[in-house]
Amino acid sequence: MEYEVIVVGGGHAGCEASLAASRKGHKTILITGNIKNIADMPCNPSIGGSAKGIVVREIDALGGEMGKNADKGQLQMKMLNHKKGPAVQALRAQADKITYPKEMLKTLNKENNLTILEALVEDLIEENHKIKGVILENGEQIFGKTVILTTGTYLKADIMVGDTRHREGPHGERPSQHLSDNLKKLGFQIIRLKTGTPQRIDKKTIDFSKTKEEYGSDQKYTFSFDNEPNYSLEEQIPCHLIYTTPETHQIIRDNLNKSSMYGGLNDITGVGPRYCPSIEDKIVRFSDKERHQLFLEPESLYYDDIYIQGFSTSMPHDIQEKMVHSLPGLENAKILKYAYAIEYDAIYPTQLKLSLETKLIENLFTAGQINGTSGYEEAACQGLIAGINASLKLEGKEPLILRRNEAYIGVLIDDLVTKGVIDPYRLLTSRAEYRLLLRHDNADLRLREYGYQVGLINEQQNQKLQHKKEEMKKAIEYLKNHKMVPAEDTNCFLEEIGSSILKDGITLYDLLKRPEIKIEHLENFYELSFDKDVLEQVEIEIKYEGYIKKALHEAEKMIDLDNKKIPDDIDYGRIHNLASEAKQKLNEIRPTSIGQALRISGVNPADISLLMVYIKKEYHYDRG
Amino acid sequence: MEDTIAAISTSLGVGAISIIRVSGKESIPIVNKIFKGKDLNQVPSHTIQYGHIVDGLEVIDEVLISVMKAPKTFTVEDVVEINAHGGIATTHRILELLLKNGCRPASPGEFTKRAFLNGRIDLIEAESVMDLISAKTETTRKMALSGVDGKVSALIHSLRNKIISLLANIEVNIDYPEYEDIAEMTVEELKKSMTSIEVELKEILKNSKEGKMIKEGIKTSIIGRPNVGKSSILNRLLNEEKAIVTDIEGTTRDVVEGNIIIDGVMLHILDTAGIRQTENVVEQIGVKKSLELLEESELVLVVLNYNEALTEQDTQILEQAKNKNHIVIVNKKDLERNLDIEALEQQYIEVSALNDDGIDKIKNRIRELFHLEQFENRDMTYLTNARSIALVEKALDSLEEVKKGIEQNLPIDMIEIDLKNVWNILGEITGETYQDELIDQLFSQFCLGK
Repeated sequence: MEYEVIVVGGGHAGCEASLAASRKGHKTILITGNIKNIADMPCNPSIGGSAKGIVVREIDALGGEMGKNADKGQLQMKMLNHKKGPAVQALRAQADKITYPKEMLKTLNKENNLTILEALVEDLIEENHKIKGVILENGEQIFGKTVILTTGTYLKADIMVGDTRHREGPHGERPSQHLSDNLKKLGFQIIRLKTGTPQRIDKKTIDFSKTKEEYGSDQKYTFSFDNEPNYSLEEQIPCHLIYTTPETHQIIRDNLNKSSMYGGLNDITGVGPRYCPSIEDKIVRFSDKERHQLFLEPESLYYDDIYIQGFSTSMPHDIQEKMVHSLPGLENAKILKYAYAIEYDAIYPTQLKLSLETKLIENLFTAGQINGTSGYEEAACQGLIAGINASLKLEGKEPLILRRNEAYIGVLIDDLVTKGVIDPYRLLTSRAEYRLLLRHDNADLRLREYGYQVGLINEQQNQKLQHKKEEMKKAIEYLKNHKMVPAEDTNCFLEEIGSSILKDGITLYDLLKRPEIKIEHLENFYELSFDKDVLEQVEIEIKYEGYIKKALHEAEKMIDLDNKKIPDDIDYGRIHNLASEAKQKLNEIRPTSIGQALRISGVNPADISLLMVYIKKEYHYDRG
Repeated sequence: MEDTIAAISTSLGVGAISIIRVSGKESIPIVNKIFKGKDLNQVPSHTIQYGHIVDGLEVIDEVLISVMKAPKTFTVEDVVEINAHGGIATTHRILELLLKNGCRPASPGEFTKRAFLNGRIDLIEAESVMDLISAKTETTRKMALSGVDGKVSALIHSLRNKIISLLANIEVNIDYPEYEDIAEMTVEELKKSMTSIEVELKEILKNSKEGKMIKEGIKTSIIGRPNVGKSSILNRLLNEEKAIVTDIEGTTRDVVEGNIIIDGVMLHILDTAGIRQTENVVEQIGVKKSLELLEESELVLVVLNYNEALTEQDTQILEQAKNKNHIVIVNKKDLERNLDIEALEQQYIEVSALNDDGIDKIKNRIRELFHLEQFENRDMTYLTNARSIALVEKALDSLEEVKKGIEQNLPIDMIEIDLKNVWNILGEITGETYQDELIDQLFSQFCLGK
């Protein structure tokens, strides 16, 4: 029996990939090592966060599941950066580690085209650089037209604590022993990465009086554009803030050589993430800091584990005990799970196309941590794109490739494929050049139509989007056509909120450009019969029009370069005078456009000029 | 879509004629804005026009202009070539004027790039040109890095470091909003830094402009009421320095220039003709003309009469001169004093042109005003090419936007957009454009983690 799509791995990438493919009507099988661990959250108990929260919205706009699933069981919801500008606001939910996987499994089970199989994949079947299927641990072959690898940290995973290392994935799961070697045999460049997770503490043994409570936002939110909030603000569960003590630092310094990373193990080759260093890293690298902030985060309503965010370590268990007990409120804390570092194999991501199909083997896609990223959201969005593009490939259609000015997802994939990774890649707002365009609030306007085109957004959802767009137009018309005139009440009001008074009439549109004027203010004088999200959207677009225009102008320049395509079969060896570093990088990455080529480090403008001459001559290409 | 680009396409100072090439959709209207002659928008393609490049009223140069419309041009875009009479100063002036009027300085090889992009040149042709270009790019880059002045590049580098550290702080506040132990970048702090960066940039710009002036000559006017002794002072300046006077007589020019050299620095005296001819007859030059002259000048010598009280006209000129490098000269100190000197409330130099008394003080003051000493000792940081100077000006414009954003109380991440722009523009000057610099800074400057 042959499947159309085989997804290997049931993490966040695998779930989105399987759902996208099966919902698009393709016969799909999801193969996972342990069905109980589908959509598991082995590290932090949260979904979203800065930049990542926007990705969750983008996933939802395209018809993915993460946002909807996260809305089902969160312990608290917070709008980050709500005092800053609209471009950097992002949602984060403390997600229940029981509810999230349970609900995701339910959703998967509802799909008619989707089969779930519990097994380990150890090899691939390929013929003439084309994928044919996978081989399971027991030798059984499963055939498929396309394969999506979403193996997470399970390729040759090693858990490291102190001076011990053993081959094991998170939760003591068995890792895949041979798949990465087999990928290497097929010609893939494999890299080794490392990450870590902190201890889990028994809630009952923590003295919370020594901590500071941190609640979610006092306004309700949802990730999904299709959901209304159905939680109560009063029932939100707090996190707790504490700081490391001088004693903590002393214990770590005294025992540094026992940490796997600092001498406990001398065979570590994996590169750890810069954005989430272990606590020993922080103390060594920032030795002048007297204390470090830690958050105690609840994992679930259904059990007592508390996650110590900021305390990841690879110290041996006895030292971890001492470290934990040196923290305020945790003097008598009971450790339920010890912290560990984990090393795993990944594919160097420049071996992928922007569609997430591998360049080496046709119809083989990879998504998530196997591509060198880190984070649930980063994984999920790649899974979704891989699922969509595997399906589009089957349908004989062009892949969905999002641009850097369209989505954080576009930024992420372009970064991976064009620049490769040094350490596990995490999305940051600073990675996006056009972040003013990539806002939390406009993800639907940016991406829903793509979702509709690929068939993951239904007619009704699309209608809703079109209606919103119409309403926005009407609202802008209204604001342009109505004037506030100088009068006692209006000027008195303007004075009150610290705005300059009117001498002449001014359109509401222009008035809104004043930073201190909010659209709610206008509602005191005018009947703005539009939905809240329409008004919010219109307000942002008017208020930041100047900045948005600048960003659009910059983006246009990039699009222009991205539209200058480089032929697939180009032979860089034949371009005379190309600097050897540029030649090597271009050959390795094989950019699809001049714009992408320019983003490769080590390729300079003179090389690009030569490249363009060559293309012009050899291919008689017209621009764009 | 593409910007209109301009560059000097002949080697500077070598040939008698220099060519400034402009390419892009707006090239004809832009050149037309600074051209006095036929309306270039109306002339047929591939024709040559005679006329003058003007900056407002001032005639910069007598030129021939080739107008070539797309597609039969080197770049397959509208192209205008300005054939000027050469001289580094004039050529740069024209380029600057083009930049002011909407052109962007062309990057090295950009004309050729456009040429092959638009299918104008074939491979063999392009390859030989490209060899040249890649060599040129390297030297241009090196010039930007070291050729200009190691000092200025170090200074700009340190400004960039200052900015990136601010950027990293703002970014970290955005990406790690809950890290209370990382100080929040406040608007006040940003404001302070902006002021100091602005001061430094303006200093570079001022020095650069001075440096350019010194290299190319300082446009100087001598302004005063009739009979205050303008021409005597001019003559004394000339005599004393045994300087060369060259009057370029031209029938079409309404401003006649004379150049005098003081201590190796050239002063272009504006309207020497006006000064000489009108001094002893009825003065024709009115206040309006004086003020226009003053506006064009980079150095203004205001001449007053020791023997006469201040008039309204004097006061008006003095007021206007305050925004310029200027020297107040009180002439005829050999006569009886009728001038209320205290009322001037500014520095002045008393001279007697008649007795050749005090002229050296004028000379010294000029040296002071333009920091000649420091320039001679190379103790000054400045940029000399028009492209870099244009970039500093662009950076200052963006900085102005930052300040505007701060004034308007906009969110810091909006303000940051313009600050990032300043940082990028400065990077263009020094040739540093590493994209992931900010990310690297983020992780080395702050302690973050889960």
